[in-house]
Amino acid sequence: MIATQHYLALSALLFSIGAIGAVVRRNVIIIFMSIELMLNAANLAFVAGSNSLGSMNGQSIVFFVMTVAAAEAAVGLAVILALFRNRQTVAADEISLLKW
Amino acid sequence: MSPLVFYPLALACVASALGVVLAKNPVRSALSLVVSLFCLAVFYVFLQAHLVAALQIIVYAGAVMVLFLFVITLLNLESDHGVGEKPVLSAIGFTAGAVVALGLTVALLHSVLPGSRGVTLPATFGTTKVLARQLFSDYLVAFELTSVLLLVAVVGAVVLAKRDEEPPVSSVAPAAASEEAPH
Repeated sequence: MIATQHYLALSALLFSIGAIGAVVRRNVIIIFMSIELMLNAANLAFVAGSNSLGSMNGQSIVFFVMTVAAAEAAVGLAVILALFRNRQTVAADEISLLKW
Repeated sequence: MSPLVFYPLALACVASALGVVLAKNPVRSALSLVVSLFCLAVFYVFLQAHLVAALQIIVYAGAVMVLFLFVITLLNLESDHGVGEKPVLSAIGFTAGAVVALGLTVALLHSVLPGSRGVTLPATFGTTKVLARQLFSDYLVAFELTSVLLLVAVVGAVVLAKRDEEPPVSSVAPAAASEEAPH
């Protein structure tokens, strides 16, 4: 039997890797995938907590997180498509129109 | 879940997550992410979240990742320079992330959690029936709002991804023709 703490530590590791990816990469699509990784890390923590507490609430939350992530992916990728069509780039540091 | 399964799987999950961040080719990143999501689905099965595991594979590893790969191939993205283009900034990012990871991991491994891990869960735990009953009673409002959110997302995605239409030629052309005619 694996302790819940180990699941939470794995979740923290995955979240940190996702955060690193969102910070260091320039490609908007890879930043986006890193965000998905962070959402999944949160999901793992929810499911582990649900199992540990014997409550189904965590799994319901995961259901909602997945739905929101799917909606986010659809809209986000459409934004990336529109962006690429207008600017011919997906590099995050070249998209600086609103930068002061 | 036996440690013999947990630790190799956790290692594979973390390694493929690192692959997402480190790969230069976006397609490789996406495929690494699929591996990572599959590993998570296996964890969900062992945590008695059967419906969530199935949804993870169908929704994430299926639908969302296909969408990602579709966009990557549609944009015909070249491999970029990975993480090495701005070494100093990347090093700062990696160091900060590693510190966060280390801190969180150590803190969580030494934490004392509430919970009844020793108690055996009911056999129905995590089944579709139980989850659906909860979704349609306790979380009914959130569930309905989520469906509205999905509708908004679909409409928004279509509007955003649609090409700007060219100005209608047919209505302009006859006017121009009639103006030109007298000369």
